[in-house]
Amino acid sequence: MADVGTVGLEQVPPAEVEEMELFHPKSFATKYIWSQDAKIIAVQYAGTAVAIGMVGLVLSWLMRLQLGFPESFSFISAKDYYQFITMHGMIMVIYLLTALFLGGFGNYLIPLMVGARDMVFPYVNMLSYWIFLLAVLVLMASWFVPGGPTGAGWTLYPPQAILSGTPGSNAGITLMLISLSLFIIGFTMGGLNYVVTVLQARTRGMTMMRLPLTVWGIFVATILALLAFPALFVGAVMMTLDKMLGTSFFMPAIVEMGQQLTYKGGSPLLFQHLFWFFGHPEVYIVALPAFGIVSDLISTHARRNIFGYRLMVWAIVVIGGLSFVVWAHHMYVSGMNPYFGFFFATTTLIIAVPTAIKVYNWVLTLWKGNIQLTLPMMFAIAFIITFLNGGITGLFLGNVIVDVPLSDTMFVVAHFHMVMGVAPILVIFGAIYHWFPLMTGRFLHTGLGKFHFWVTFLGAYLIYFPMHYLGFLGVPRRYYELKDTSFVPDSAADLNAFITVAALAVGFAQIVFICNIFWSAYKGKPSGKNPWKAASLEWQTPGLPPGHGNWGKELPVVYRWAYDYAVPGAKDDFIPQNVAPDQVEMDSDRKETAST
Amino acid sequence: MSNRWIVSIVLLVVAVGSVVFHLMTPWWSTPIASNWGQIDFTINLTFWITGVIYVAVILFMAWCVYKYRYRPDRRAEYEPENKKLEIWLTVGTTLGVAGLLAPGLIVWDKYVTVPKDASEVEVVGKQWEWSYRFPGKDGKLGKTAIRFINSDNPFGIDPKDPNGKDDILIEDTGITLPVGKSYKVLLRSIDVLHDFYVPQFRAKMDLVPGLVTYFWFTTTRRGTFDILCAELCGVGHHAMRGKVSVVSLADFQKYLGEQSTFEQSQKEARLRNEKKEKEKAAKRAVKDMKQTARN
Repeated sequence: MADVGTVGLEQVPPAEVEEMELFHPKSFATKYIWSQDAKIIAVQYAGTAVAIGMVGLVLSWLMRLQLGFPESFSFISAKDYYQFITMHGMIMVIYLLTALFLGGFGNYLIPLMVGARDMVFPYVNMLSYWIFLLAVLVLMASWFVPGGPTGAGWTLYPPQAILSGTPGSNAGITLMLISLSLFIIGFTMGGLNYVVTVLQARTRGMTMMRLPLTVWGIFVATILALLAFPALFVGAVMMTLDKMLGTSFFMPAIVEMGQQLTYKGGSPLLFQHLFWFFGHPEVYIVALPAFGIVSDLISTHARRNIFGYRLMVWAIVVIGGLSFVVWAHHMYVSGMNPYFGFFFATTTLIIAVPTAIKVYNWVLTLWKGNIQLTLPMMFAIAFIITFLNGGITGLFLGNVIVDVPLSDTMFVVAHFHMVMGVAPILVIFGAIYHWFPLMTGRFLHTGLGKFHFWVTFLGAYLIYFPMHYLGFLGVPRRYYELKDTSFVPDSAADLNAFITVAALAVGFAQIVFICNIFWSAYKGKPSGKNPWKAASLEWQTPGLPPGHGNWGKELPVVYRWAYDYAVPGAKDDFIPQNVAPDQVEMDSDRKETAST
Repeated sequence: MSNRWIVSIVLLVVAVGSVVFHLMTPWWSTPIASNWGQIDFTINLTFWITGVIYVAVILFMAWCVYKYRYRPDRRAEYEPENKKLEIWLTVGTTLGVAGLLAPGLIVWDKYVTVPKDASEVEVVGKQWEWSYRFPGKDGKLGKTAIRFINSDNPFGIDPKDPNGKDDILIEDTGITLPVGKSYKVLLRSIDVLHDFYVPQFRAKMDLVPGLVTYFWFTTTRRGTFDILCAELCGVGHHAMRGKVSVVSLADFQKYLGEQSTFEQSQKEARLRNEKKEKEKAAKRAVKDMKQTARN
């Protein structure tokens, strides 16, 4: 690969699969509403996910108001608070992050990056979005039923979730479980599309090992989703049966508020195993696309190939596989057989190794690079810092004995926000600044972008870094209020207030960002084609933005991997994937390289 | 594009600032009151190993951002792989991870191995209060079942089990324990998941209805410590509080002597019920007499 390539068009293997017949929409409705075009579906997913994400964001402000100023907001009761934390968590993890990474970025980028015209099952792809939208509406409906939404925590543990001591234990929990089931059905439809398109619809010359890491990340994440979501589905069905028919899958004998219930013999731990068998891969379903995308952001904006591509692919696959055997690190103090702790602590700490390798490789891509401090690059750098922080606190919690005092404290809340809420969200922002020119032909406004970046990165760090120390103190999570204790100093209340103010500031910065998106779509500075001079295929379409069918009359042919930046001897500092060796402009005067 | 000085300096401040915060923070583990100091040791070891890596990586990034700033007349170095470097990094990381896991598992092994001389005490959790039970003179806790629970028998002890007769019942949110003793804490919930957490003891475990779970610890100093429920258990979760008072052995014996046993509580319940029945019968008799007088 240290040359411009030798394989000409005649030597590129022919296509294995016939070119697909696209549906050609004629009316406004079939073009933009009931669309089968993955690019439109992507925008639909992204728009819906961000809209529901704003609901989740507002809920977080309400939660922080209660925690920061417990005496001041009497309209927030304990019941309200537990409903807020539950809906906030479920919305953010499932309906925002999973939907945005897989349904949003996956739909837009996979066909373009593999050189296909669309996903392989476009009609099913369309259906998947409308089922997702229905799932969102069912979830929102739980605000309007008697008892309101469930307040059982996003983990929905039985027996409490379906008993009267928990808010929303009637219609609320039922609607939640129905919404999740709909989501899973929709994402199975979408997931099959993403996986099969990557396996079958790659254009001529696009081998698996020439794919950008964005595709690898979303591809492996989708496989995880297809294998892990069924566990949640089964758990949701069983809990619904326990609630509606009085079965006892998860319900042992119980005395509830003085009354003997008719349940008998069920196991609450069974639900936890099912939930976390899904729940741990779920966090990698969110993280792996972020890993893939950030690799592409860093390499493009540092004008350097990603360091260690093969090991990066290997690490994504190994992390994906290992993610299925670590789940019970969420259950160290659950009361499960204590000897499981030995096994799961070992697997959990093993998974740290490929993850660390990825961090090194991102940093080593910066080393000896030619770094442009564009907004995508800044968000990528911020990702590395916050992910490193969040990953390291995972080592604390993964080591079973250390988890014993820290579980269910604010340390856990700080950890998962940093590693899943801050780091992947920074990648999403970087990705939007990066691909906005592809989708609209314009740049996002840079001044507003810098404001958004600094307030978000520094603000989020100020929110979550100190929060870990509340956990060391012993301050529990999921507490409406912590009244007097003998050991929590008064200064902890000041810290809580500070965190709330920082959270509101970061929230404000997101509103500025949303405004930037709408404004720049119409008034942003024109970018022209491939303004970042990226080598990957999605930037090489004839139309800007990519049109119906993506590639015009002829599908592209690929001659190289996605990271030919600064190839020695080439005149430009990048070579797009679809440029044949004999078309590469060579350079007679050697330029200064990073090592001289 | 941002001035790269700014970015490098911010990265420096983040790394250094985080270390300074850690060294100066007023929010840290509360002084320990149990034998589990090894947990604190493992936490500190983790901070050392991971802290060095955290600072090193961020400082290296800060340097790269400055040194390899974009110049149009420069090119990055084209280096898809570097096998030697990648192998060293993998081996180093594996050793670092092993260095955390090994001590961690050694301490975990102690955590799951209850010493033979540990006494037993039971903690009962229900929405939203704690209660407790000691085994009494026979050293054995009586069997329990959900079906035995009623207002006269809130602990659900099997009345036919002879071991239960002398069980000491503490129907209070606070419990007293003697200093310098090891306890296997048996955890029992009669409704939903809870978790018995005393930060100063470091040890904790969930209560699971349908199971009896446990953890063990040794009391090492006197004092009064807060109990916090640590598993979301409904709308009263944050209010499910209690206290553990660790006192001298003599004070503890006195405290035990003041509590009633299951047998006593059953006797009191019987007397209470008999009295109620008598009152009810008397009322009925008066009613009948009045009725007869009217006819």
